[in-house]
Amino acid sequence: MRLSNSVNHQAFIDVINKTCESTEAAVADVHHGATVMIGGFGNAGMPSALIDALIAQGAGELTIICNNAGSGETGLAALLKAGRVRKIICSFPRQSDSHIFDALYRAGKIELELSPQGNLAERIRAAGAGIGGFFTPTGYGTLLAQGKETRCIEGRNYVLESPLHADFALIKAYQGDRWGNLVYRKAGRNFGPVMASAAACTIAQVDEVLELGALDPEAIVTPGIFVQRVVREKSTCNA
Amino acid sequence: MQRLTREQMAARVARDIPEGAYVNLGIGLPTLVGNHLPKDREIILHSENGLLGMGPAPAPGQEDEDLINAGKQPVTLLTGGAYFHHADSFGMMRGGHLDICVLGAFQVSVRGDLANWHTGLPDSIPAVGGAMDLAVGAKQVFVMMEHLTREGASKIVAECAYPLTGVACVDRIYTDLAVLDVSAEGLIVREICEGLSFDELQKLSGVPLLSNIQK
Repeated sequence: MRLSNSVNHQAFIDVINKTCESTEAAVADVHHGATVMIGGFGNAGMPSALIDALIAQGAGELTIICNNAGSGETGLAALLKAGRVRKIICSFPRQSDSHIFDALYRAGKIELELSPQGNLAERIRAAGAGIGGFFTPTGYGTLLAQGKETRCIEGRNYVLESPLHADFALIKAYQGDRWGNLVYRKAGRNFGPVMASAAACTIAQVDEVLELGALDPEAIVTPGIFVQRVVREKSTCNA
Repeated sequence: MQRLTREQMAARVARDIPEGAYVNLGIGLPTLVGNHLPKDREIILHSENGLLGMGPAPAPGQEDEDLINAGKQPVTLLTGGAYFHHADSFGMMRGGHLDICVLGAFQVSVRGDLANWHTGLPDSIPAVGGAMDLAVGAKQVFVMMEHLTREGASKIVAECAYPLTGVACVDRIYTDLAVLDVSAEGLIVREICEGLSFDELQKLSGVPLLSNIQK
């Protein structure tokens, strides 16, 4: 008995195509008040083209989950400057050139939820993995654990941290395919894989879209099940 | 007395990092330790943003924006190095897989409480990054700091005045004046800089010290 059916196989190929024509199309349905994860640590892994598209798209009252709170005048800093962000959940907002966030924060125009970096990553991972919360030693006995449940487990003190879900995740990868499989480049991987798993709709900006099968299955970092949209946008920084 | 310079402090810490160790060097003063690691030892540096086997800064013109350290400066990857995502990277810390991390500090208390992330001043913007994860995660936490503030106050204190990064997490303190171990009995002075007596160090430190000085 022959299991493969070339006609059905062809139909299947036509059904799954997560690639988008443009960054504008990729972010078109981000709604007012949405929670949006943005990947990147410094400029590595920062989905700059998707952030620019989000600024142009106009959605406001956003809750942003990102390690940093923008630097300079571009990218996330520009989104903040445009007044689109109600709240930011991050680990390290203060940087030498984070003046846009700093001014908004001091003026009381943006809410800040500070999370230790590893807790931030694990909260995102927990959401993607269906975990309802976890006890972590990080932050125990500090200001960032105030008001949170604690527990002593086998002689060590832990703090209960909650999962972080999002409506959208904007991430940057190196290569993708039309099924949404992704590989990253060097330290640009950072939050991409966990954010992809934690958002209802993950949009990946990639340098290259390859033919299905061109990515080595042993080397795929984010399997396509976690990715809804792939948009090619050759970044200017990876010369 | 001959206080250690910052480079001498870094060289002193580097001497205590053994062959085969997985090590995270924090931002600031601890980063200097990387310049003093013995070339004949294989020591694997971890960078919180997702690198093991981090190498030195690249030659001018060879910088890659996707290859940076926790301080967002360009670095290289050594042969045998690896990239991984943030949850894995912090799992390496929290899970106790790193042998040593070296952190800067505002203050350390006699029981090893660490304050290094926030001044707590009303107009300061809090930013924690990976400081709290590093403080609780590594098998050994080394602190590297000047012994005294510019005003001459001891940075080794009975109770930290700044908001804590971690509770009873520091194992060893390297200053420009001394090397001290945090123990259940109290702070044990292991080394002291040239020309400074234990009694003088005790007076400058303002907290009870125990002496077990090795020349």
